[in-house]
Amino acid sequence: MASVLGTAVKRREDPRLITGRGRYTDDVQLPGMLYACILRSPHAHARIKRIDVSQAKAAPGVVAVFTGQDLVGRMGTIPTAWLPPDSGIRTTAHPALAVDRVRYVGDGVAMVVAEDRYQARDAVDLIRVEYEVLPAVVDQEEALSEGAPQVHDDAPGNLAFHWKAGNATDEVFAQAEVVVRQRFRQQRLIPNPMEPRSAVADFNASTGELTMWLTSQNPHIHRLLLSGILGIPEHKLRVVAVDVGGGFGAKIACYPDEALVGFAALQLGRPVKWTEDRRENFMATTHGRDMILDVEFAGRRDGTFTAIRVKNIANMGAYLSTAAPGVPTILFGLIVPGPYRIPYAGVDVRGVFTNTTPTDAYRGAGRPEATYLLERMVDLFAREIGMDPVEVRRRNLIPADAFPYNTAMGLQYDSGNYEEALDKALAMLGYEKFREEQEKLRAEGRYLGVGVTTYVEICGLGPSQVAGAVGFQGGLWESATVRVHPSGKVTAFTGTSPHGQGEETTFAQIVSAKLGVPVEDVEVVHGDTHRIAMGWGTYGSRTTPVGGSALAVAADRVVEKAKKIAAHMLEVAEEDVVFADGVFAVQGAPSRRATFQEVALQAYLAWNLPAGVEPALEGSAFYDPTNFVYPFGTHICVVEVLPDTGEVKILRYIAVDDPGPVINPMIAEGQVHGGIVQGIGQALWEGALYDEQGQLVSGTFMDYAMPKARFFPAFETAFTETPSPHTPLGVKGIGETGTIAATPTVVNAVMDALAHLGVRDIDMPLTPERVWRAIRDGRDGA
Amino acid sequence: MEGQKVAVRITVNGTVRTAMVEPRTLLVHFLRDGLGLTGTHVGCDTSQCGACTVLLNGEAVKSCTVLAVQADGAEVTTVEGLGSLDALHPVQAGFWEKHGLQCGFCTPGVMMAAVALLKENPNPTEEEIREGLEGVLCRCTGYQNIVRAIQYAAKQLASEAEPSEQVAAAGGDA
Ligand code: FES
Ligand code: FES
Repeated sequence: MASVLGTAVKRREDPRLITGRGRYTDDVQLPGMLYACILRSPHAHARIKRIDVSQAKAAPGVVAVFTGQDLVGRMGTIPTAWLPPDSGIRTTAHPALAVDRVRYVGDGVAMVVAEDRYQARDAVDLIRVEYEVLPAVVDQEEALSEGAPQVHDDAPGNLAFHWKAGNATDEVFAQAEVVVRQRFRQQRLIPNPMEPRSAVADFNASTGELTMWLTSQNPHIHRLLLSGILGIPEHKLRVVAVDVGGGFGAKIACYPDEALVGFAALQLGRPVKWTEDRRENFMATTHGRDMILDVEFAGRRDGTFTAIRVKNIANMGAYLSTAAPGVPTILFGLIVPGPYRIPYAGVDVRGVFTNTTPTDAYRGAGRPEATYLLERMVDLFAREIGMDPVEVRRRNLIPADAFPYNTAMGLQYDSGNYEEALDKALAMLGYEKFREEQEKLRAEGRYLGVGVTTYVEICGLGPSQVAGAVGFQGGLWESATVRVHPSGKVTAFTGTSPHGQGEETTFAQIVSAKLGVPVEDVEVVHGDTHRIAMGWGTYGSRTTPVGGSALAVAADRVVEKAKKIAAHMLEVAEEDVVFADGVFAVQGAPSRRATFQEVALQAYLAWNLPAGVEPALEGSAFYDPTNFVYPFGTHICVVEVLPDTGEVKILRYIAVDDPGPVINPMIAEGQVHGGIVQGIGQALWEGALYDEQGQLVSGTFMDYAMPKARFFPAFETAFTETPSPHTPLGVKGIGETGTIAATPTVVNAVMDALAHLGVRDIDMPLTPERVWRAIRDGRDGA
Repeated sequence: MEGQKVAVRITVNGTVRTAMVEPRTLLVHFLRDGLGLTGTHVGCDTSQCGACTVLLNGEAVKSCTVLAVQADGAEVTTVEGLGSLDALHPVQAGFWEKHGLQCGFCTPGVMMAAVALLKENPNPTEEEIREGLEGVLCRCTGYQNIVRAIQYAAKQLASEAEPSEQVAAAGGDA
């Protein structure tokens, strides 16, 4: 029997989703259910002087109205769960509804609960709030300046934290042959999963149990945090998140709204549903990126890199969201040297409060920002010393025989063959030929450019001891249970919580391969805290490397026990039994055999088990990885820039990624596609804009440019497969590589197309207007 | 604000449904909250994402932009009426076969848009498919496998005896 690993098994989650039978949170309908709607601040910064809810309370269908004052002492505040060490971090109180001050447009002010959606929405309009508008600060650099408006009284100077790491000293730079400096702006992005956030809460007073359906990437983290906020013991709180319509980091955080829905259900004794509309999603769901990066990059004229250091001013928004402080520090800083041998590296990160929506993880979370600045600097450096950008990369890539490799930032990269991926991608393009063609076309006035990114990322979060050392307020191990039923059918439980990544399928493949049972015989269960022991969720490309590994270990334990039983059944010693393709056979006498299913039945009948072996057949694992995993690859993009309009056309996009052994190539490729589109979205179109008053100007799909199908050619993707020595299946991760690599690849391609005009850098997104201006100024300046 | 309720009679997936609705009730809320047909999703409030796309008298419409009263007397097909598990519509089969969905939230709307697209242009080029998806957003797939799914469906439909009738039948019979 050929292994099911590495094959494109069609997705198990699809039948329900393509027939409209998915169960997303807003699909949940309960008898007697009420609907909540939240009144949000129209001001970025204001004092609340008075709130009059009398009209709203009297409106048709309204059951209750809550303000911030009503919650004081009755429910907890919203916590921050990542506290980078030695950073002087200030976590300021974050009430679920503002009590006396609002700090961003979208900050919750009151909540109405009514009999139906429309009534709740109507009544919100009847709430009268008197505000005293205060000066607001939007830009993080301005927020740090003297005399800037103060977002929190207990965070003077708006500094939320200051974190430093690395070994790059002034001396290293003073002695360098070549130093290139550049400032980059990582614009603010809006994650925009297509499913808005939603919560349904149902309290059963007779059992004291609160059930919450949530749009969550990590139901157990939500349970833990909500249990604290609501004062419901963890064993009486059930969080369910089976079908979730995308997250991209924006459904990691524990939000005020979710806690409010739970609170309302407890108070009112009836089920309550709340679903944000897209306008609220823009305002009140976490944003991503938003960093100002000052980079210094040092090297020698022969092309050798010697040092990199970065000053990062990160906009955290008005409050520190759940995982937010870890993003511009740990997840960003540690990967700054990337896939190159750079002996010295350093980061200095200031997290800053502003009157904007809180930021948190967005696909890649810190790693795209680090990869962007590194890959842009490599191109600028190559240009500075007059070397081909591919050649300069090749000279500095960590060679395949140097692994495990210890970096200047203290990481140990697990395994890699960076040049193999580079060569494969270059061959797919025909790099030399392209360069010739580019020159020819340039002479005709056509501006073609190529961008090449070689990247490594850190994922598979992660060893719990490291999580603790870097201030994450949780573990990052994962739980798995493989439960074999008497008939030999299998239910596999995972603490990860996939929401589009397809692990109902890939995990079934893993278990099927381990147990030798058909993949149809394995059902994967996730997203329910009452069915799964514990879990840390799905983010940071950890699901397969950590959650999949946990399942592999649990399945091994099942086989181990089954083998004992099989040996007893076959009346031989355990050592004489071999297990392959779902059959236990006596070594050298293959006709003496017992199938996995026969053994499972005996395990449950338990009429005749070997001494010391308990009945039933089930294996569990609480798997804590020993290291992170480090996927890598090369992406190449070819663009044409139209000089008259500044438009950027993507002609080709090539992605060679190495996520270790690929379990399901169809699903892995899909992850790459989606990631690339989000990465290109940042490079060319997406960007959240605030005006000086702190109004979110790009607050709808009309103003925020979401990538559409017609913006792209078909991508050319391929994999190399270098196993990680740290995971049982060698797998790494594939969920974020596209987003990490695509942004610099596209921007470098555009800069390459305009190099002859002297254009060095353009702020993202590279809109036609910005590109056109750069062409004009470059020309004029040349 | 609330208005007088009015009677509507809408044929949804082949079944006649009558109800009293507020004039302002959006078709999508009538389908989801009123009929419990939660396969049709809401992804925005500015008529842009297409997650709510259904067929109204065979034409793709955004059901968040149509009032239930406007659909009075009409025939509506939602994803629940497109095809069943044992008789998938070729577009559904294409999405499954070609991995045209990840989280699945945009999928019902995208599939309904694809049905309409193929009705209009049974043999579209890749470029025409990408252009035809103008009215829908997907944040997960990067669109490439959606394109492949629609190409697959086009082939399936072409190989069936009378493709245009098949689409109509799938819309009306379920
Ligand atoms: S919900 Fe109808 S277009 Fe977005
Ligand atoms: S599959 Fe998730 S939005 Fe399209």
